[in-house]
Amino acid sequence: MSTLLLPRTLHPLAWWAWALGLAAAAAQTTNPLLLLALVGVVGCVVLARRGDAPYARAFRWYLLAGLLVVVIRVVFRLLLGGGGVGSAGDPVLLPLPGVDLQWPGAPTLLGPLTSSALLASVSEGLRLATMLVCVGAANALADPRRLLKSMPPALHEVGAAAVVAVSVLPQLAESTARVRAARRLRGGGGGRRNRLRAVVVPVLEDAVDRSLALAASMDARGYGRRAAVPSHIRTLVAGLLMGGLIGLLVGVYALLDTSTPRWLGLPMLAAGVAAAVGGLTLAGRRVERTRYRPDRWAPPEICAVLAGVVVAVTFLVTSDVAPLVTAPVVSPPSWPTLSLLPLLGLLAALAPALLTPPPPGSVPHRLGPPLVRARVPA
Amino acid sequence: MIVFDQVSFGYAGAERLVLRDVDVVVPEGELVLVAGPTGAGKSTLLGAVNGSVPHATGGRLAGRVLVDGLDTRTHPPRDLAHVVGWVGQDPAASFVTGSVEEELAYVMEQLAVPPAVMRTRVEQTLDLLGIADLRQRPVQALSGGQQQRVAIGAVLTAGPRVLVLDEPTSALDPGAAEEVLGALLRLVHDLGVTVLVAEHRLERVVEYADRVLSVRPDGTVSSAEPAVAMVDAPVAPPVVELGRLAGWAPLPLSVRSARRLAPSLRASLPAAPHPPVPRHAPQSAADTSAEPPTPRVRARRVVVRHGATVAVRAVDLDVAAGETVAVMGRNGAGKSSLLWALAGASAPSAGSVSVSGESLGTSAEAVRRRLVGLVPQTATDLLYLDSVADECAQADAEAGAPAGTCATVLHQVLGVVDPSSHPRDLSAGQQLALVLAVQLTAAPPVVLLDEPTRGLDYTAKRALVRVLQRLAADGHAVVVASHDVELVAQVADRVVVMADGEIVADGPTAEVMTSASTLAPQVAKVLGADWLTVDAVAAALAPELAEVPRG
Repeated sequence: MSTLLLPRTLHPLAWWAWALGLAAAAAQTTNPLLLLALVGVVGCVVLARRGDAPYARAFRWYLLAGLLVVVIRVVFRLLLGGGGVGSAGDPVLLPLPGVDLQWPGAPTLLGPLTSSALLASVSEGLRLATMLVCVGAANALADPRRLLKSMPPALHEVGAAAVVAVSVLPQLAESTARVRAARRLRGGGGGRRNRLRAVVVPVLEDAVDRSLALAASMDARGYGRRAAVPSHIRTLVAGLLMGGLIGLLVGVYALLDTSTPRWLGLPMLAAGVAAAVGGLTLAGRRVERTRYRPDRWAPPEICAVLAGVVVAVTFLVTSDVAPLVTAPVVSPPSWPTLSLLPLLGLLAALAPALLTPPPPGSVPHRLGPPLVRARVPA
Repeated sequence: MIVFDQVSFGYAGAERLVLRDVDVVVPEGELVLVAGPTGAGKSTLLGAVNGSVPHATGGRLAGRVLVDGLDTRTHPPRDLAHVVGWVGQDPAASFVTGSVEEELAYVMEQLAVPPAVMRTRVEQTLDLLGIADLRQRPVQALSGGQQQRVAIGAVLTAGPRVLVLDEPTSALDPGAAEEVLGALLRLVHDLGVTVLVAEHRLERVVEYADRVLSVRPDGTVSSAEPAVAMVDAPVAPPVVELGRLAGWAPLPLSVRSARRLAPSLRASLPAAPHPPVPRHAPQSAADTSAEPPTPRVRARRVVVRHGATVAVRAVDLDVAAGETVAVMGRNGAGKSSLLWALAGASAPSAGSVSVSGESLGTSAEAVRRRLVGLVPQTATDLLYLDSVADECAQADAEAGAPAGTCATVLHQVLGVVDPSSHPRDLSAGQQLALVLAVQLTAAPPVVLLDEPTRGLDYTAKRALVRVLQRLAADGHAVVVASHDVELVAQVADRVVVMADGEIVADGPTAEVMTSASTLAPQVAKVLGADWLTVDAVAAALAPELAEVPRG
């Protein structure tokens, strides 16, 4: 047990599986108590298991974004509410006059805000916010670079492009800051357009130079080497990938659109997935590449994934057997109730806070000031 | 190991051949220095070794290049990755991954090296380059010297027989440059890797080289022993120029060998060498008034902070009119931050800066420009128009100067340049001159230059020295932040050494530069503290020896 919990970073896909499980659970319910409990669980695990990298510090922005979602939801309900929800007996919180637009099918603007309408909009906003926070947690816990590294070999090219994009963005920000500082040296003058150009042109030139340097470096370091592949295999791979994509599209469409025949749905989806997986596996063979210290699936990873699955399943089952727990009555407003099953699920979701290894100790990031700052005292 | 067989190369659409009839053989295990003026084709020659010329650059390559028996015509760079390790000019732009360890492993992943071998090779390389303590660090947060070593390690893990480096030390301070060179020498000695290095700063490399490939502006390349190549090389380090001046044969390439020849020269030099001439003539000031003159620049208790880092810690600095002050110190010692604060471009966190009695803190951008002109480290950041003429016209408009001012200044600084040429097509020296001209258009009495010698060859540097001397003679107060001890020895009246945001030494150039061996120019190391530059020695010897034509 002790060796399993030595500090290391968990497989990024494990964190994503866990977080998506929680998001799926959140999607099942509008019970504010359950949703707040989910947010609490997510927050606990993030605090316990995030590292000190920049992406880990972004979690609070997701929390803020979640809050914003709730507020926006309420504001929209206020503007477009039109008194649709709520029985006659509902207490009216804000007696606003309704504005009827004069064309057919148009919603009524404003209108009295009832307490049940408010409760419904808060619950729905909270559900969306919780799902957002779950995704934020995955982003804070899983290193995006390592995630891209765990792509299947056939998608290596896409992964490499994404890695480059991830590192280019901060560099763009850096050179923009540098050029703007330099621009100030030259003094004002020129119109807005000229000023914009004075920043954009050098930044883009810088970006192009960097990209060329990076391409040269990657080329010199063997990027894009590939084994010889017979042409019929290449055709087969292309066919399988195309077919898989079409299958996926048709399958998803059929699942969502109830008017299409049932046999088009799941079977098409399954066939599409199978074809795509086959294509990717075959394509992977033509790339000869190894991985340095790949992320491995060990018991803690399994534990995190299971936690995600368990919480999603308990919420799903609860919504089936006790719909009043997952979707409390809002009209008239009632105090939401809880049951044992989703609480057990929440407990399981909390497990990764203890049963996964902690992130490696914080490494001092630099000794001197970073180069950016040495160049741009802004 | 490397064979150039009648190689000629020209870029697509260009008349001129960059390489012409190159017929050179580089034997295994040598450290080869590629020398030549800017734009002569050093980078092209290096690129031809790993096949990026012509595979990535385009153009026409005649003849053939063989590396370890592989023809670059049929092997693009990626297929040579296990034979040739190529390190570009800007290591920071070459990084693909996030951390040092992954960066080292990247090439092996591409070459499908088994995981177990990868682990051991990464560890060996970390030790070999002395970067084991950096293994987990994000590559972008490293210092310049560390980044350069990581970039070398990142190609070395593939186990190449040839290592090609394009200006590996040009952006580094002397200490970091020595770290990198030390690592390279270890590779040559321990691993028997053949190393090709292009470098402007010959003084750093030439003594270690087994062979010099001189690339001439007409595209021809000659190969010779360093001592032979340096006899008539158009660009040569100061110690070689001193040797030429004194007529030593064979030419000394290192300070150590020059020192052994030096006693005779020292004897023939005047007994009381004239002290470094203070160009701003403080004697006259002392004669005319009892009051010391108000300094042109007066900085008091200047503090610059970037977040939690204190870049400049309560620094006082005065610069008189006509005085040239050099600011030296490691990368990250706060030189740039101090310069930006002196320019008033970034408000200091505390303290005050005034120019000619006028406080910079409160003045507007346009006013500040008339007081101080700063040429930043990446000078091209200031350029954004399509032609030199447009840049000049824009500079006139911005500075409120009569039309043609900037063009006139540019002519004084640079000489003739085609006004319709694109600023990006100019050489590094010309770009620097253009930015300097743009900044001088507003006629500021104070001129600041941040690391101006980056990427300049000896000819461009000499031109820069002349410009700086003229600026000081015209009564400008000039502050130069530089790693380049030879440049500082030539232009500065006073040297300020910074460390960790504080000024640790401030005094006349000769006194400060000879107090520490890392700051001493080569001539001072050979002849002693009284002599800093070849020019000074030449002037002293003038009656006895005719001035040797240089450049």
